[in-house]
Amino acid sequence: MKLNLSRVVRGCRLGTLNNLGKKGDRTMEFPGCLLYTRTGSAPHLTHDTLQVISGIPVMTQLTLSSLAEHYEILEEYKEGIGKFIGMPESVFYCSLHDPVNTCPPGYVTNKSVSVWGVGGRLEMTAAKFMTIQQALQPDWFQCLSDGEALCGEVFSAKRARKSVDRSLAFLDECLKLQEQSEVLRSCVMIGVIEGGDIREERLRSARETAKRPVGGFLLDGFHGDAMTKETKLQLMSSVTAELPEDKPRLIFGIGQPDEVLECIEAGVDLFESFFPYQVTERGCALTFSFDYQPNPEDTVLQQNGKKKEGGDNRDHIDKVTTIKCIPETAFEINLKEKKYRDDFGPLVEGCSCYCCKNHSRAYVHHLLVTNELLAGVLLMMHNFQHYFGFFCAIREALRKDRLGQLKELICKQATS
Amino acid sequence: FVGSTLALRVVAECGRSKARACELRLPHGTVATPVFMPVGTQGTMKGVTAAQLDGLGCRICLGNTYHLGTRPVSLIQKAGGCIGLLNYHSQDSGGFQMVSLLALSEVTEEGVRFHSPYDGAEILLSPEKSVEIQNALGSDIMMQLDDVVSSTLTGSRVEEAMHRSIRWLDRCISANRRPDQQNLFAIIQGGLDPVLRSKCLEEMTKRDVPGFAIGGLSGGESKEQFWKMVTLSTDHLPREKPRYLMGVGYATDLVVCVALGCDMFDCVFPTRTARFGSALVPTGNLQLKKKQFAKDFRPIDEACMCPTCQRHTRAFLHVLLHSNNTAALHHVTVHNIAYQLRLMDAIRTSIVEHRFPDFVRDFMKTMYGDVGRCPGWAVEALQSVGIPLS
Repeated sequence: MKLNLSRVVRGCRLGTLNNLGKKGDRTMEFPGCLLYTRTGSAPHLTHDTLQVISGIPVMTQLTLSSLAEHYEILEEYKEGIGKFIGMPESVFYCSLHDPVNTCPPGYVTNKSVSVWGVGGRLEMTAAKFMTIQQALQPDWFQCLSDGEALCGEVFSAKRARKSVDRSLAFLDECLKLQEQSEVLRSCVMIGVIEGGDIREERLRSARETAKRPVGGFLLDGFHGDAMTKETKLQLMSSVTAELPEDKPRLIFGIGQPDEVLECIEAGVDLFESFFPYQVTERGCALTFSFDYQPNPEDTVLQQNGKKKEGGDNRDHIDKVTTIKCIPETAFEINLKEKKYRDDFGPLVEGCSCYCCKNHSRAYVHHLLVTNELLAGVLLMMHNFQHYFGFFCAIREALRKDRLGQLKELICKQATS
Repeated sequence: FVGSTLALRVVAECGRSKARACELRLPHGTVATPVFMPVGTQGTMKGVTAAQLDGLGCRICLGNTYHLGTRPVSLIQKAGGCIGLLNYHSQDSGGFQMVSLLALSEVTEEGVRFHSPYDGAEILLSPEKSVEIQNALGSDIMMQLDDVVSSTLTGSRVEEAMHRSIRWLDRCISANRRPDQQNLFAIIQGGLDPVLRSKCLEEMTKRDVPGFAIGGLSGGESKEQFWKMVTLSTDHLPREKPRYLMGVGYATDLVVCVALGCDMFDCVFPTRTARFGSALVPTGNLQLKKKQFAKDFRPIDEACMCPTCQRHTRAFLHVLLHSNNTAALHHVTVHNIAYQLRLMDAIRTSIVEHRFPDFVRDFMKTMYGDVGRCPGWAVEALQSVGIPLS
């Protein structure tokens, strides 16, 4: 794997990762995102419906939490997780946890980390963890790490220090085990940067992890609300400043468009695409614009449209209980709202996704109200395509040195 | 009949049974029969997109868009037409709201009165209204509004429903504003009473409709009674018009009812059972959630060409079915639809190649093993049309 940095603009990195995959023939652009999966499959989508989406990322994210309990099946299968899940052509990154499902704290010890699958808690020592990775054979995998730096709701310096100590210990142990396995030697280990909100710990984690022969870095613990935005971004920048330029930086649990841009400015390269999935699960469609060079006419129309929607939101929101109670963001519309019942336009004007080309807001509204499975399928197709399009726009903006304009557009929508 | 928006060409007939292979020409295209029509909503099949359906070779399906009956007709017209047949009453639909609604509905000479599942509003579905909605939706085939009673019901209500269905058929025919673009099918009622059913057949075949559905069956009745009503119906329906047996979809039932002379079928079974992780195979079904499939690295069916079987193993589907990713359901739905279509295709080919009776025997052997294990009613029914199983 080789990282080619084509330019760095105000801290933002633009480039490609070449020679990816088992055959070493795949290339991935960054800043970019990975394809989010749940139990080895894009949510709601089969191969056919997935392939219709434009801009599918080269790299797919698997979560160990959803697959670990099946490792014996994979050992017997022998051909690796890619073939098992029916995606033999993809390149895989296996993260420890799922950014959508938070796991209960208090289960990390000096010797083990736990993940939660369908069958319950699965405790893994470094040895067990590496055995499982050996059965999965992903291209990249996040090393076993201790991501807990909180004591209740608040960061604890003591706990943060422990998270760094443990993660480094796990890293060293896993690297040793990797040496002993031919299969695992062809996989890339991703080192994990921990340390809570303690600057010294974050720097220590970054420097120490960078000393080890890892293929890339995961910035962990920056999701959630425990840190203020300023602290978060400052820490992120300090961390990436300590990391080698020629290795990719991933971040866990960040997906909102405005936050993505902030992280890119702080030196992050790769993101997950769980955010479009969360939007889908609440019956919403991503509608935010990333067209930072529109027709002046369109801007006026867009602004008018947005104003109208803003007014209606306050009056007509249909409160439908959803399993996930994450509030809506300003980047989406809620198709369950009554006002979409007779709206025969596409989810987003000008969107070329399968849903927007074939169906209307009214139709998706109807599917949601009648609890039809197809709602999830269509929304996932749209939301993924929209999100991948956003990353494409980021790269283009960086190429043309127009990221400031894109950021302005996104921030304007974020606060509207 | 008025306008030839439908033409049935009998391509081949089985020399022994009443099975026939036809071509059904409709405004939007030609459909080869016997045909199985998956049940969905406005041209889509639960989690399967219209494009996927198309890819499977599905030319015609059923849209249960009954709920749209609560919206102003102008709105429906804006939504665009369906790609096929429209049905109001799916006899064993359970999953869709119709059956549960029937339990709460009130039938008068005017029509069927109930509450919309959409917004709770009270609706009167009259013959005229049902035709108006179907005209707006523009499906190639539309069904009359019939007075449906449970097949296990006996007594005067059955007779009342049969006579009312005839009157409603006439009202539907009168109300049809697009007879040159859409085909209105009559639905034969009469329950399990041969006298009532014969009367219904006699009357409805006097009306010049492009096709006939055999209704009032596929409820809770015994299979012995069921097949007798099917064969009685096909005996009295014209050869040159399609016979649509409603609510039938189990493989054995399809094979037998083709032998009894039916051309078209619909059923929620294959798509519904898929959502429980049950995959249809020539020997019955595989309950993929069961432990025995955990390390089974074969596809659902080695001979199946569907996208699911081409790419996935039973073991993977087993894992996915135990997750909350709905993709698992879609994989099995795609396969089950493919299975049904492949079965009908095989049936049709055997009729065209004059070997339908042998096909039936092979089918039953694969499904049940020896003759002794074949369901009695099926053996009888096949015997009655010249296909002995032993």
